[in-house]
Amino acid sequence: MQAFLDTFLGDAAGLERQLGYLAGMAVFGSVVVFGFVLPFAGIVTWAERRIWARIQSRVGPNRVGPFGFLQWLADGVKNILKEDLIPTVADRPLFRFAPYVVMVGFIAAFVCVPFSSDLIIADLNIGILYVTAVTSLVVVGILMAGWSSNNRWSLLGGIRAATQIISYEIPASLSIFPAVLLSGTLSMQGIIGAQGAAPWQWHMFHSPFTLLGFGLFFTAALAEGNRTPFDLAEAESELVAGFATEYSGMRSTLFFMAEWGNLYVIGALVTTLYMGGWQLPQFTYNPVLMNLAQAGVFMGKSFACVFFMIWLRATLPRVRVDQLMAMCWKYMVPLAMLSVFGTATLMVALPNGSHTLRMATFAVVVGVVIRFAFKVRFHLKRARELDYSSLSSGASQGLSS
Amino acid sequence: MSVELEVHNSQGLPTEEMTLNMGPQHPSTHGVLRFIVKADGEVMRRAIPDIGYLHRSIEKIAEKVGWHGFMPYTDRVDYVAAMACNQGWAMAAEQLADIEVPRRGEYCRVIAAELSRICSHLLGVGAMGMDMGAITPFTHAIRERDMIMDLIEELCGARLTFNYMRIGGVAWDLPHGFVEKVSHYLDHLEPVIEEFNQLLGFNRIYVKRLADVATVDADMAIAWGLVGPNLRGSGVDFDVRRDLPYSVYEDFDFDVPLGSGEMGSIGDSWDRYIVRMREMVESIRILRQALAGIPEGPVIARVARNFKPPVGDVHVKIEAPRGEQSWYVSSDGSEYPHRVHIRTGSFTAMGIIDRLSHGLMIADLVAVIASMDIVAPEVDR
Repeated sequence: MQAFLDTFLGDAAGLERQLGYLAGMAVFGSVVVFGFVLPFAGIVTWAERRIWARIQSRVGPNRVGPFGFLQWLADGVKNILKEDLIPTVADRPLFRFAPYVVMVGFIAAFVCVPFSSDLIIADLNIGILYVTAVTSLVVVGILMAGWSSNNRWSLLGGIRAATQIISYEIPASLSIFPAVLLSGTLSMQGIIGAQGAAPWQWHMFHSPFTLLGFGLFFTAALAEGNRTPFDLAEAESELVAGFATEYSGMRSTLFFMAEWGNLYVIGALVTTLYMGGWQLPQFTYNPVLMNLAQAGVFMGKSFACVFFMIWLRATLPRVRVDQLMAMCWKYMVPLAMLSVFGTATLMVALPNGSHTLRMATFAVVVGVVIRFAFKVRFHLKRARELDYSSLSSGASQGLSS
Repeated sequence: MSVELEVHNSQGLPTEEMTLNMGPQHPSTHGVLRFIVKADGEVMRRAIPDIGYLHRSIEKIAEKVGWHGFMPYTDRVDYVAAMACNQGWAMAAEQLADIEVPRRGEYCRVIAAELSRICSHLLGVGAMGMDMGAITPFTHAIRERDMIMDLIEELCGARLTFNYMRIGGVAWDLPHGFVEKVSHYLDHLEPVIEEFNQLLGFNRIYVKRLADVATVDADMAIAWGLVGPNLRGSGVDFDVRRDLPYSVYEDFDFDVPLGSGEMGSIGDSWDRYIVRMREMVESIRILRQALAGIPEGPVIARVARNFKPPVGDVHVKIEAPRGEQSWYVSSDGSEYPHRVHIRTGSFTAMGIIDRLSHGLMIADLVAVIASMDIVAPEVDR
């Protein structure tokens, strides 16, 4: 990056050179953010709406672009054009600033997302720690939004979000440690490097303890990302729209962009920590081809996680706030401790790991997945047998296809 | 109304009670309900219902539009289940004038009313799921409801405000092929109800949200005048269709589902939910019997266009989807009713919420409103 900028800066020196670097980074950063990060959030919204619609026997957005793919762009343009209302009783500076804090928390996490062995903005040696730190920024923004709106529903939403995110930070961080212990590094590339391409070489299947860690991390990340069944902060049936009640136009879009973008970040973190990241057998020595294939694998895995989260959202009701806290402190924190200490004990007892244990864990998971798949197939078959086409003359005709 | 209580927390520091204004525009107050919630953080001290936002003077209108003319207005008493209100008004007028409805007309009424009941319960439980944060069950319920709407549209041309019944019978006979279509639909609906229960009703999160929340025991339910599924959810075995049979309900064999505290205590929110689900199954049974046993003949008795019932009062009870609906109609022998009073299920259900809300969480208030299946127009009329 620096070398690239040097070609433009020529022989400028001192402060001018530094300013040049700064400007270059700003341009590069905004290109990355607008060309790369925000589309992620947009694509996730589109995917969510389409998948959700299929699950709910609806069509979903299908007008803008092929399969409605450009709907997110159209919505974005619409929201930019909307009036940006600020309530007179709101705390103006805080109110206007809050969405940016939330956005920063989400965009900064992308710095450490390893898309392939070379495609990573910065492979920090404290990578995973950095990601957990910056994603916590979101809670500050949400709390600011909830407080500054001067609306009781917003306040309740903000407080709920703060308690929830701060509490779930603990099991989430704890359940990162099994993967970190196994890899011996905090760097994202290091963690991926410690895993193999084959599924049973993933950290997830190292032992039952890491499997537990994987489950806990996924659940806690859902709660941190304010996703169903933990979407209490903006529970529309209880708190109108929670902390975002008073926001309109682009500012409210920023909140939701951060929320959906976080969905992808969660998927990417789970993929990195427990699902082998971009690992792929070395099938070619062409670095470009290899990197593209790795990026494809990484995207595939992380979008599979995103799909799973969308599926959960379409299926589950929401828990209550006291149940949420009880779940965190009574079950998830102790289990996360168990996962960490179990993994550590196992690593001392079997320094090279146990292949049998690995394969056994893998077999159990595969068995559960196959059983679940059969169950899904059974229900899908039964749903088809319900035969909607012959029933109705009107609205539900299109469902048979 | 606004009594500001000073609350002290565990350290003895004074904290303020927060007054939240839930409604009239709020996503989970079905229609335009309003609750003034006194909350201490997430815990409610009180939730005071404020009614009257949907008052349309329906009872007064009856005194001005005459006996036949009032029928379309009854649709608006509870527009989620208009057939029951149609039937209540028709039965009141018929009892005053001593009109015998032809048997085929009564069967048509039962078929229409039971379809309407399934329709209403589907909306009720679907909205309940949505209030709990699960949106898919709602769309599934609406999908099934839409097909009933299609059927009822064939029957009477309308999808919401049916205006199907008349004093003396029903407006139109069943259309050609209606019986086959309804039985085909019922075959389809039965597994869907089971599926709905799997998706929502026995979902662990859902059960945890509802079990032991806002428990109404049998004595309390009777004392507060709860009716219909809310009363039966508390384990009180009373159904107007069976205990004070009207129309042709004696002909049918059906059970009255009761709340039994399967997931918590008797009369909790989950019991009210499951009673509605099981009532739909019973409605399917009734419909099957009615479709099989429908006699031939006329569907409406001869009633004078200038209908003037003799002087007298009448009190009619029917089992509407939201519980026992009482129609008290007083006639002075003229072509206009002297006084009409409708007692609806949602009104009393609204009354008990203040009592139930003490110490619940704000999220539970939504659950209570949904589990009582309160529909705002029925509260105010």
